[in-house]
Amino acid sequence: MISDYLHTVDWSRAQFALTAIYHWLFVPLTLGLGFLVALMETRYVRTGDPFWKRTTKFWMRLFGINFAIGVATGLILEFEFGTNWSNYSHFVGDIFGAPLAIEGIMAFFLESTFIAVMFFGWEKVSKGFHLAATWLTAIGANLSAVWILVANAWMQHPAGCTFNLDTVRNEMTSFADVALSPVAVNKFFHTVTSSYVLAALFVVGVSAWYLLRRREERMARASIATASLFGLLFALLTALTGDTSGAVVARVQPMKLAAMEGLYQGEEGAPLTLFGVLRPEEQRRAGGDPFHFSVAIPKMLSVMSFRDPDAYVPGIRDLVEGNAERGILSTAEKIGRGRRAVGELARYRAALEAGDRATQEAVRAEFDPATPEGRHFLREYFAYFGYGYLDDPEQVVPCVPVLFYSFRVMVGAGMLFILVLALVWWFNRRGSLGRQRWLLRVAIACVPLAYFASQAGWALAEMGRQPWAIQELMPVDVAASKIPSGLVSVTFFLFLALFTALLAAELSILFRQIQLGPDGPNVPADPDSGSDSGPNGGPNGGPNGPNVPSGPAGTSADGSAGSPGAPTGPGAPAAPTGSAAPGTPAGAVTPENPDQKR
Amino acid sequence: MDTLTFLQHYWWLLVSLLGALLVFLLFVQGGQALLYDLGRTAEERNLLVNSLGRKWEFTFTTLVTFGGAFFASFPLFYSTSFGGAVYVWLAILLVFVVQAVAYEYRRKPANVFGEKTFNLFLLVNGILGPLLLGTAVSTLFTGAPFTVDRLNLANLGEGGAAVISQWATPWHGLDAVANPHNLLLGVAVALLAMTLACEYFLNNVADAVLCERACRRLRLVGPLFAGCFVVWLGWLLCIDGAAVDSATGVVSLEPHKYLHNLLRMPAVAAVLLGGAVLVLWSIGRGWCGRRDAVWYGGAGTILAVTGLLLTAGWGDTAYYPSLVDLQSSLTIRNSSSSRFTLTVMSWVSLLIPFVAAYIWYAWRAINRTPISREELRGGGHQY
Repeated sequence: MISDYLHTVDWSRAQFALTAIYHWLFVPLTLGLGFLVALMETRYVRTGDPFWKRTTKFWMRLFGINFAIGVATGLILEFEFGTNWSNYSHFVGDIFGAPLAIEGIMAFFLESTFIAVMFFGWEKVSKGFHLAATWLTAIGANLSAVWILVANAWMQHPAGCTFNLDTVRNEMTSFADVALSPVAVNKFFHTVTSSYVLAALFVVGVSAWYLLRRREERMARASIATASLFGLLFALLTALTGDTSGAVVARVQPMKLAAMEGLYQGEEGAPLTLFGVLRPEEQRRAGGDPFHFSVAIPKMLSVMSFRDPDAYVPGIRDLVEGNAERGILSTAEKIGRGRRAVGELARYRAALEAGDRATQEAVRAEFDPATPEGRHFLREYFAYFGYGYLDDPEQVVPCVPVLFYSFRVMVGAGMLFILVLALVWWFNRRGSLGRQRWLLRVAIACVPLAYFASQAGWALAEMGRQPWAIQELMPVDVAASKIPSGLVSVTFFLFLALFTALLAAELSILFRQIQLGPDGPNVPADPDSGSDSGPNGGPNGGPNGPNVPSGPAGTSADGSAGSPGAPTGPGAPAAPTGSAAPGTPAGAVTPENPDQKR
Repeated sequence: MDTLTFLQHYWWLLVSLLGALLVFLLFVQGGQALLYDLGRTAEERNLLVNSLGRKWEFTFTTLVTFGGAFFASFPLFYSTSFGGAVYVWLAILLVFVVQAVAYEYRRKPANVFGEKTFNLFLLVNGILGPLLLGTAVSTLFTGAPFTVDRLNLANLGEGGAAVISQWATPWHGLDAVANPHNLLLGVAVALLAMTLACEYFLNNVADAVLCERACRRLRLVGPLFAGCFVVWLGWLLCIDGAAVDSATGVVSLEPHKYLHNLLRMPAVAAVLLGGAVLVLWSIGRGWCGRRDAVWYGGAGTILAVTGLLLTAGWGDTAYYPSLVDLQSSLTIRNSSSSRFTLTVMSWVSLLIPFVAAYIWYAWRAINRTPISREELRGGGHQY
């Protein structure tokens, strides 16, 4: 069995990574699209123009499809902290649990309460209340991000806590230090701003698709006008927060910085590698140039890390082997100190079992932050507690190629997005975007690229934390539950199959809704409803069958003037040119109607 | 009572209230379980799903918040139960995952798997969700085979030697499902969910045919629930419970512990009994087809479950007894977060009345008019 070849911790890591990757496919769009929809609805409420209501409802529908599966995967993530990472849950539950609970109380209820009003309240509540519900849904989603990112940041940089010998765990001493640590603040802003960019690119990409097919042109241009500006603003902020994140990482996770730069030997005035190809691991470890070739900007890494062109940036070998000249402890030394801290726990346990009160008191004094002796022990030994479980200093080196290339994908894509969003905004403003077909195609291609870049960012953040579950305090091997690897491997494949199936359904539905456009049916009419119009047909509903958007060509459901490409044909929203590209709905939708299939 | 002890009791109360709210909101699952029983045609099923669909996120959110609150306030339970009874918890998660997408996707064009598959997801979640949750909650009284030794962290050996909470059998939660007492509570919770669902439909669906069917179904599942619950409660009052010495922390078995708890804490007994009476009253109201039955049922459920969970955790009781090492049993004292963390979260908990108020306001705004076939035919967002 394959599980025999891997340990429980490997499967647990794989399972958690799988869930997180799937979850993060859906979350960034929710975070950003919520605000974009709210902005569009605000326009509707302010102008009273039904065009904006129709546009809002279209994007809201896509929001709902994406939202549901994000909720599903998020539930599993929360509980996997317990099922797969039992030791972790105890060791840091006093700190880590609080943000999760606050997330539930402050954010999830806000989100789940008002999303129902947002979707079902159009005809039930006032315009103002509905608009407030839309904004509160978006705010709720983003508040949720605050707390989960605070929790994640604490794993990268455990702050505001102390170790309690009685409970054998870390306990919170300052909520402000946990919630407002530089890592948490930067992580939140970098994550949400990049999510807004992804959402903006999604709106721009889908709108570009409409423009290429000359359908829904008014909606597409209006959506692009909002989303491109929104995206451009936040793409610039993403670059800014990325820069500050790098500076924070240099201080709290120097190994992560060295690995993502492929910097093996530390140096003053370290260069920033723009791109390069890494040599195999053995050659990199042996010394010399770690790259087959690379292009670098001199001194830039020192500037970005420490705001000083001559600052010293430690390399991987410095951090593993130590560098006395720079005051860097070797990992072997840290392992020794960590073992001393773990050994004190063993001594305490033996003293408890033997009833040796003198030894108990001696150990307690070492862990007492109220005394100078205790503070010294906690600072010089317990700070390296996690190292005590390591066997080999090389274990502290994360997977350099993953970090190096992930970082470049993320940053390179981010730069491209700034350029694309600026161009899209500019041409759209001049009214000539429809003629820039190359740019429209690039905008569409940017949608999957945004997802890839977003995943790369998380791969960098989380793979860069390895081997730690909690930076320097607990390695992942010690954090895992004691459950059979077969159990975790079976559930891994179960989750993989389930998530993949649900993703396939989500994408299929999403693409079909985009093909159908804003006047397409949300759901088909009931065959036994006795109604002769489609669910969105209203008074204009014709004998189009159960899955057909109705209404006269060029007229939206709200009666506003639609685009020339509004749904016209029997059974499908046809492209006005009649030249439906592969995958476009014209003509092809009705025969493939899933209801008819069923 | 010192501050930490007060905070531990306060947070056990909040967790109990959240758990009780979750049980009430399981009416969504109960309705899903009755989807094909009450809804004979596609339109009727759509009516039921759209009625429930405006509330499913509350249940889901409450489950997530319940988990988060438990993690934050009693992290040792989180690491012990979730890291031990893995099969049960993963099964619960899976049935909720398929629910989350089923509402939104079931009738969407090009949903790949077809409406029947997503309806099946709703059905599976509707039956297994309450059943498994009830089974898991019952282990708070029946216990589980685990050991806890915090100083295992001092072990440097491989093979999980450093793991604090360990399961003593290879069944990892399957044993909980095999326990008839746990299963009985699971069945009772599933029947209660169906009872509440019938009451909810009477309140929220403007359709004489469906209301008539809901009323008839309630006349079956309501008494069945009452019977199962009374048998389970009677058994609970007769069994030994794990009592903890408040001075030494030593855990020992005490005959009729839960009965003693109710006698020593008359307010808790009153809450439990008052809740039970209200649920019975709601069944009577529903029997007669009254729209207000769900409010009595909801209030009664919240009170009864709160009383039950307080009986498990208050009164110097081990709320998660270990079947293999009594001293490993979890109590609100030995498993809680620190005083500082509980204090911080207690400040945050002051938001709960505000949260409850806006939920109530939004609920009323959406449910002011019962859902009807005409509303479904009229367009708008639908499931």
